[in-house]
Amino acid sequence: MSGITDRQRFPSWRKFVELIGYRTLRGVAELGYVSMLLLESAYWAVWGKHQHQSVRLSAIFQEAMRIGVLAIPIVSLLVFTVGIMLAIQGIETLKTFGAQATVVIGIALSITREFSPLIISILVAGRSGSAITARIGSMMESQEIDALRVMGISPIRFLAAPILIAMLVMVPVLTVIGDLMGLLGGALYTSLALHMSVANYLQRSLDVLSVDDIRQGLIKAVVFALIIALVGLSNGFQVRGGAEGVGRATTRSVVMSISFIIIADMIFTFLMNR
Amino acid sequence: MGGGCQVNNCVIEVDNLVAHYGQREVLHGINFSVRQGEIMVIMGGSGSGKSTLLRFLLGLNRPSSGSIRILDKDITRIKAQEMHDLRKDMGVAFQGGALFGSMSVGENVRLPLREHARLDENTMRIMSRMKLEVVNLSGFESFMPAELSGGMVKRAALARAIVMDPKLLFFDEPSAGLDPVAAAELDELILKLRDAMNMTIVVVTHELESAFKIADRITVLDQGDILCIGSVEEVKQSDNQRIQDLLNRRPRDEPMDADDYLHRLTH
Repeated sequence: MSGITDRQRFPSWRKFVELIGYRTLRGVAELGYVSMLLLESAYWAVWGKHQHQSVRLSAIFQEAMRIGVLAIPIVSLLVFTVGIMLAIQGIETLKTFGAQATVVIGIALSITREFSPLIISILVAGRSGSAITARIGSMMESQEIDALRVMGISPIRFLAAPILIAMLVMVPVLTVIGDLMGLLGGALYTSLALHMSVANYLQRSLDVLSVDDIRQGLIKAVVFALIIALVGLSNGFQVRGGAEGVGRATTRSVVMSISFIIIADMIFTFLMNR
Repeated sequence: MGGGCQVNNCVIEVDNLVAHYGQREVLHGINFSVRQGEIMVIMGGSGSGKSTLLRFLLGLNRPSSGSIRILDKDITRIKAQEMHDLRKDMGVAFQGGALFGSMSVGENVRLPLREHARLDENTMRIMSRMKLEVVNLSGFESFMPAELSGGMVKRAALARAIVMDPKLLFFDEPSAGLDPVAAAELDELILKLRDAMNMTIVVVTHELESAFKIADRITVLDQGDILCIGSVEEVKQSDNQRIQDLLNRRPRDEPMDADDYLHRLTH
């Protein structure tokens, strides 16, 4: 083929430019694929029933169970721990100014706005994002996705939409649970260190917190849920090359969603605090 | 080639199908047709393009050019909704079964009914049991696919493929990976289905014995081209060198071109 021999005559910088072009094209293609995935899921969720091809409620509940309910213990533990960690750091730092008591404000704001959605999303990405990619990927390899398509069952409606909906519901729910557990962690440590009663601590937290703080956390949770579901699904549906391909896609899925979550977190924090 | 097809007597008509994987052309203008009620075997070695051809017949990939008419609808130009309706008349049993691992055998067989027909649970259960009887899997309804043997998985996949009583059945490599007895049973089952349900059946295989036993006609594919279409006798008596190689399990001997060889090594 002439294409191959031509490339060999190119100088190395040209190959580099070619690589950039290739990567960019692939990135754009992937973005297009993800948008298609989102739009088609939304289409089935809204219009599916109309065409007697509804997104099944039982499937959504099954996914919600896997993604959300089963994650409650570990999520609670982690955000509780982060609450304690923030209390230790906060009291230590604020001691310099003799303002230890203001630690309540710091914990309340940083848990609800930042740590609860962030820690939970990273956990869900590792726990469920990887599982989604592995499951869809092995279904691609075993021709189960092809089987769905030849049966006239849209894989997007049957597999992707329930995951997407469950994720969009459960990550914010987990975030609310995380908010409570984080505050509780902070309260327990602070009450011991500063001899403040837990009730007093929680009352003061409620005084500082506004609806907007919770809302910031929940908006982030929704965005992160979208990232985890779409990255997990699109990597799964693009699996090629057997068991090794499934493994590679799973790794890629987790690394990608955690990176996007952290970057999105920074962007949203900037936008919502201006 | 192709043709041989009276008006309204053809279930599948493929006209000048050209297909690419990336830059590589894998099917070079395929013409063939499948008549109502016959068992057509698509035969060829590895890399002959037979699995690729099947993917196009199933509407899983879109060809570069050419047309594929299935039950009088050109699936390369058809609307999504029409394709959706057409799929109810097509059943497919995949090579590895492609049963859903998270569902029991019975649930797998019932899935097309559940998604397409509005029936109550009892009717669906009875219909799925009937199909499991047909493939000799009665009593295995509540088993998970992982608990079945290779032959049983293929038969369960067959039950799922015929649960909607399709007009057209595709079967990918029915005997691959099975012992001779299980393979022979599956061949019998395919013949029985055609006779009992008057289905048109397309079987993709590389097993000669199985092909000769079940086929009404055979299409021999090689490297993306059709070598011959004909009855079992016609294929056996073909004087085409490649077909004879395939029948007699001879390795192909391709003439070596010295210049070409040097060119490949140095470029």
